[in-house]
Amino acid sequence: MQAAIILFPGSNREQDVHDALKRATGKEPLRVWHRDSDLPKADLIVIPGGFSYGDYLRCGAMAAHSPIMREVKARAETGTPVLGICNGFQIVTEAGLLPGVLLVNRTLRFHCKDVHLRVETSQSVYTRRYNAGQVIRVPVAHHDGNYFADKDTLDRLEGEGLVAFRYCRSDGEIDDDANANGSARAIAGILNEKRNVLGLMPHPEDATDPLLGSTDGQGFFASLAEALA
Amino acid sequence: MVKARVQIMPKSGVLDPQGKAIAHALASLGFSGVGEVRQGKVIDLELSETDPGKAKRAVEAMCEKLLANTLIESYRIEVQG
Repeated sequence: MQAAIILFPGSNREQDVHDALKRATGKEPLRVWHRDSDLPKADLIVIPGGFSYGDYLRCGAMAAHSPIMREVKARAETGTPVLGICNGFQIVTEAGLLPGVLLVNRTLRFHCKDVHLRVETSQSVYTRRYNAGQVIRVPVAHHDGNYFADKDTLDRLEGEGLVAFRYCRSDGEIDDDANANGSARAIAGILNEKRNVLGLMPHPEDATDPLLGSTDGQGFFASLAEALA
Repeated sequence: MVKARVQIMPKSGVLDPQGKAIAHALASLGFSGVGEVRQGKVIDLELSETDPGKAKRAVEAMCEKLLANTLIESYRIEVQG
C-alpha cells in the first residue's frame, strides 16, 4: 500500500502519521508539498494535522482552496481513500469532501489529552479491524473540534451509518462530559457516502506504540494495510 | 478604485462561544443589561474595479468561495465608491 501525505505550510503531524503508516505497511509513505503540481499515484491520500496557514480566516479554509486540493478531490471522486486527521478533517470539510464544519471548542480551550472513542462502524477501509461498539483510547489535540452540521445532515449521517467515531466514556456510554468539545451528537469522525473519505479530530497515529501510552490506534492502520494491500 | 467592507457574523442558531465569553466578561466587570453578544469579523478590500455594482458582485463571489463559510456564517457587503 502506497500512501501519500500532503504537506501545507503549518502541517505538523506528518511524521506521526508517516511512522504509523510505515509500521503498519512496511512501506515508506510519499510526502507531497502542496505546491507540487503532480500528485503521485497513491492508494491512500493523507492530510495530516497541524495549523495549515496559521489557521488564518477559518481553520482549514486556505488549504482547502489550494491547487493540490483540486487533485485530491478528483482522486476522492474516483474512489481513492482520503484521510483527514485533525486539521486535515477541517480541510476536507472546508473543501466540501465531507459535510459540516469544525467550530471552536465550546470551552474555548485547546484540548490536549487522551479521549475514549466508540467505533461506530467497521464498514470502512479505516475501521474494518475494529468491531462496531468497540471503545478505543487515543489522544486529541485541537482548539476547533466542535463538529457542527444542520439537523438534516446529522440525521442523514446517522441514518446511512456514516458516523465513524463518537466521543464516549471509558465504558462506551455517550455523555456530555465525554464530549468535551461540544460536537453535535458527540461526533468525532465521519465518512462520506462512498465511505472512502474519512475525517476525524482525534489522532489514532499517536496511539500506535506502547511508548505513546496507547496502542489502540494500531487497528486503524492495520485496517488500511489490510484493505489496501 | 472601490473599497468594500465585508462583515461576517455567525448565523443565529450557531453556537458562538466567543460571544458568550465576552458577555460573561462584561457582566463580571459590572456592565449590567447586556443581552446576547455575538462576535464576527470585518474584512476590508480594495478593488481595482470602478463600478460599484460589479464590485459588489465580485465580492459576493469571494464570500461564497472563500471569505465566509455559509453553513455557519452570514455576510454583509458594503461598497464605498
